[in-house]
Formats: sequence, structure tokens, C-alpha cells
Amino acid sequence: MTPAPSPAPSVAPAHPGLRVAVRDLRKRYHTQEVLRGVDLEIAPAEIFVLMGPSGSGKSVFLRHLIGLESPDSGEVRIEGELLADDFRDRFRMAMVFQSGGLLNSLTVAQNVGLYLSEHRLRSPAEIDAVVAEKLALVQLPDGTANKYPTELSGGMRRRVAIARALTIDPQLILFDEPTAELDPLVALAIGREIVALNRRTHATTLVVTHDRDLAFGIAHRIGFLVEGRILAVGTPDVIRAHPLPLLQQFLAADFTPQ
Amino acid sequence: MFRELGQMLVLFGATLRALPGFLRRRRSIGEQIFEIGNASLLMACMLSFFIGGVLVLQAGSVLVERGLGSQLGGLVGISLCKELAPVMMAILIAGRVGSAMAAELGSMQVYQEVDALRTLNIEPIDYLVLPRIVAITIALPALVVFSNLVGWLGGAAVASFNSDIGIPTATFFSNLREVVDTWDIAHGLIKAFVFAMAVGTVCCHQGLQTRGGPRGVGRSVTKAVTNSIVLVLLLDYVLTRLLQPFDA
Ligand SMILES: Nc1ncnc2c1ncn2[C@@H]1O[C@H](COP(=O)(O)OP(=O)(O)OP(=O)(O)O)[C@@H](O)[C@H]1O
Ligand SMILES: [Mg+2]
Repeated sequence: MTPAPSPAPSVAPAHPGLRVAVRDLRKRYHTQEVLRGVDLEIAPAEIFVLMGPSGSGKSVFLRHLIGLESPDSGEVRIEGELLADDFRDRFRMAMVFQSGGLLNSLTVAQNVGLYLSEHRLRSPAEIDAVVAEKLALVQLPDGTANKYPTELSGGMRRRVAIARALTIDPQLILFDEPTAELDPLVALAIGREIVALNRRTHATTLVVTHDRDLAFGIAHRIGFLVEGRILAVGTPDVIRAHPLPLLQQFLAADFTPQ
Repeated sequence: MFRELGQMLVLFGATLRALPGFLRRRRSIGEQIFEIGNASLLMACMLSFFIGGVLVLQAGSVLVERGLGSQLGGLVGISLCKELAPVMMAILIAGRVGSAMAAELGSMQVYQEVDALRTLNIEPIDYLVLPRIVAITIALPALVVFSNLVGWLGGAAVASFNSDIGIPTATFFSNLREVVDTWDIAHGLIKAFVFAMAVGTVCCHQGLQTRGGPRGVGRSVTKAVTNSIVLVLLLDYVLTRLLQPFDA
């Protein structure tokens, strides 16, 4: 039901994604050690999927990559540089939040056009066109544009959030559970869109998900995060055959009575 | 507590630094001012009328007993414009508007809207805090002018209709005009200006500090309002002391 695994990009892209390197990243909240030394490299234009049990620190990890949290120790490097104050002026990075993160006081169209209008990158007419284009891309029904986020379903909000992230034309895009609470067809469409986006723009893509079909369908590589450490990482085939028992349980879990 | 005060100063400083861009935010500032007016005008009207009235009741009988009834207008005029109107309006604004600001920013924080703004490279201080603080700083002094007028009217009405006091409106206002000068009104407006910045900063700061879901929002709102009121009363003393030398 998910798109076939796509081969890792071989040709050097004209418009490369960002290289991400994380070394020994550690973070604690109060007494709880959430990240306990994460090491990870993500190549430009790669689709990397991060899986792991609930509460293992996946969302916290993503927040470090986009500079919403600062690590207690260890480092996050984008294109070899530590995240400095102005990194958002120099690298185009986007994140689609688990809950969408849409501004409830703005309409869908205003939300999607927010980046372009705030930074005055386009004229109002052009922004309208971009908004319509991005909304069509994530297959939102007509008439959604003038609704407010609270009037949408969870899945529609997620798609609006994706549309908004696309307006940044990101070189690195982070998805936190992009298909949670979506019906299988929409999930499939989103999975396909992630792959298509990656092919089109060569943006480095990091997807956090519990959805095994999505993960094996889109990933170039998969990482498995458990209690703040990456215990397994590799291509989908490597992960399928990985000896780690928890990982195998994770992949095999289903509702069939024993 | 000192850490919070420090963080608030930092927030205020950052807002001041963002101030040159406030023209870009004029629409959002306008909307905020409209909302503030909408939320507080009627309340401000009632509050001021009755404060003026109760001042007259309390002071009037004492003054009339001593044959000083003609001084009532000045007394009420001064108390209202230099002290009661700015303080009461600041407290009203903290309760009606500051609480809403803290709640709105708090839920934006909790539902990751603030984080989303950051990832869009939009500074929450420019986008959220600046318009609110500017709006409140314009609205509160305006409200105080309004409150002065209504309060004086309330005082005059009670002074003339209450049979124990019975000071005619003309006497009330002529004494008021004699005693209250432009500086006294400016004194109150300077206070209002400072209170507004304090209330705006406290409430925005508490909103953005919110942690821990809907309960966190509730906590932030309570803290925003109580801290604002305490700060207003403290500042009131300090400002009165500072402005006194100019009260020629
Ligand atoms: N701001 C914070 N303050 C305190 N603890 C936090 C904070 N953010 C996350 N945590 C803790 O860190 C741990 C990991 O959280 P995280 O949201 O990264 O999990 P997750 O792997 O994304 O889980 P899920 O799959 O359920 O989304 C949790 O135990 C959580 O309680
Ligand atoms: Mg998560």
C-alpha cells in the first residue's frame, strides 16, 4: 500500500539538500535523561526514517535539529556548521509538527502563505497562487482555504502544515508523525508526496513515524531510537534482518490472536 | 522571582529593539486596540462613574461638615486623574485584557504555534509580543482620559443629587477647573503609560513561559494577573515619588 522503496539518489542534485551530522547529543529534562548520546549522519537528499517506541525521544531529537532546543552536550551540525543564531537565514529548514502547529487565529490560506508574506518574498497575488498550488499538492478539498484550523479534522490540519512547510522550499524537512491519525489512502498520498518532494527538490528528509508501511515504503535508511540512543540503523533490508529483539518485536507486532 | 524579573526585562528590551518595525504591524496593533476597547470600555465607564461617586460620598460629608464643600470638585478631580483612574484602569486592563493575552499566548505556546513560528523564521517577539504591548500602551492612557471624564461626571452627579452634600454641578466643576491643571492630567497619563508597558510585558512573558498543557495555561493566567496588579501598585508608589518634585 505504500510506494515502492526508491533507490538512494545517485546523481549529484542541482539543488542539494543539507547534510546533517549529530554527535553524542545529550539532553535531560529535570532528572529524566531523554537523549543519551545520539550519533547520526544523514546524507544530502536522503530520506531517513526514525522509528522507536513512544517516549523514546524522537520528537525531542527533531526539535534539536531545527534549533528549538539546545543540547546539554554534543553537537548538531548542518553542512558542517554548528547551529548559530542566524542559521535560519542561511539554511531553509522546515518542520511539520506532530500536532500541526498551525496558527489558530489565521485561516488556512493565511497559515500557508505566512512565511512568504511575513518575509515579503512575493506579492499578495503571487502568494495566493502559491497557496492554491500547495494546497492542491496535499489534496485538500476546495473551500478549505478560507476555513480556520479549528474547523478542520486532524488529518486536514496535518496536510495544511505540510503545505505550509513546502512554501519554505526547504533544503531539510522534518516530519513528526506525518501519517498518524490519517486514513490509509491519505497516508499513502502523504507518503508519496514525501517521496515526490524529495525527488523534485532533493531536500534532505527526516521522517519520524510509527507507521511501518510508510517507513519501509519511503526510507533510504531507517534508524531505531530506544531510550535516547540509536540502537540500529541501516537500509530497510538491513533493518528487516536486524538481530535486535526489541526491533523485531516492534516490526512484527500485530493484532492477530496468538 | 528575580530570574523572572530578569527574563521580563529581557523580553521588554527585545520588544523595544523590535519597535522600529511597528508600522509593519499596524493592522495587528489596530485589531488589538479594538479588542481592548471592546473588552473594557463599558466596564471602565461603570467603574469610573462609581469611583467618582463613592469619592464624593466619602469625602463630601466630611468636607461639608467642616464648611469646605466648595473644595470637593478639586479633591475628587485630583484624586481621580493622578491616582485612581490610572491605577484602577491598569488593574481593569490586567484583569480583562492581560489575562486574555496570557491565555492566548499560553495556548499558542502549548500547542506548538510559537515553535512553528520560529521554524518559519518569524520572531515571536515581533509577531506576537510587539503588537500587544504597543496596543496596550496606546489603549490604557486613552482609557484613563475617558475614565477621568466619566469619573468627574459621576462625582458631580452624586455631589448634586445627594441631599447631605448638595453641591451644585457648576460649583463642583469650577473648583475642579481651578485645582486640576494640565500637569496633573499628564501625571496620570505618564503613570498609565508605564503601567501599560508593565502589564503588557508581564502578561506576554507569562504567556510565553507556559509549560504543561491546559493546566499550565490556567496557571499562567492567574500568575499574569496577580503579578501585573502587584507590579502596578509597586510602580504606582515609585512613580508618585519620582513625579512629586514636578508637582509645582
Ligand atoms: N519539554 C519537556 N520537558 C520535560 N520532559 C520532556 C519535554 N519534552 C519531552 N520530554 C520527555 O522526553 C521523553 C521523550 O519525549 P518525545 O516527545 O521525544 O517522545 P517521542 O519519542 O516523540 O514519543 P511519541 O512517539 O509518543 O511521540 C518523554 O518521556 C517526555 O516526557
Ligand atoms: Mg513524538
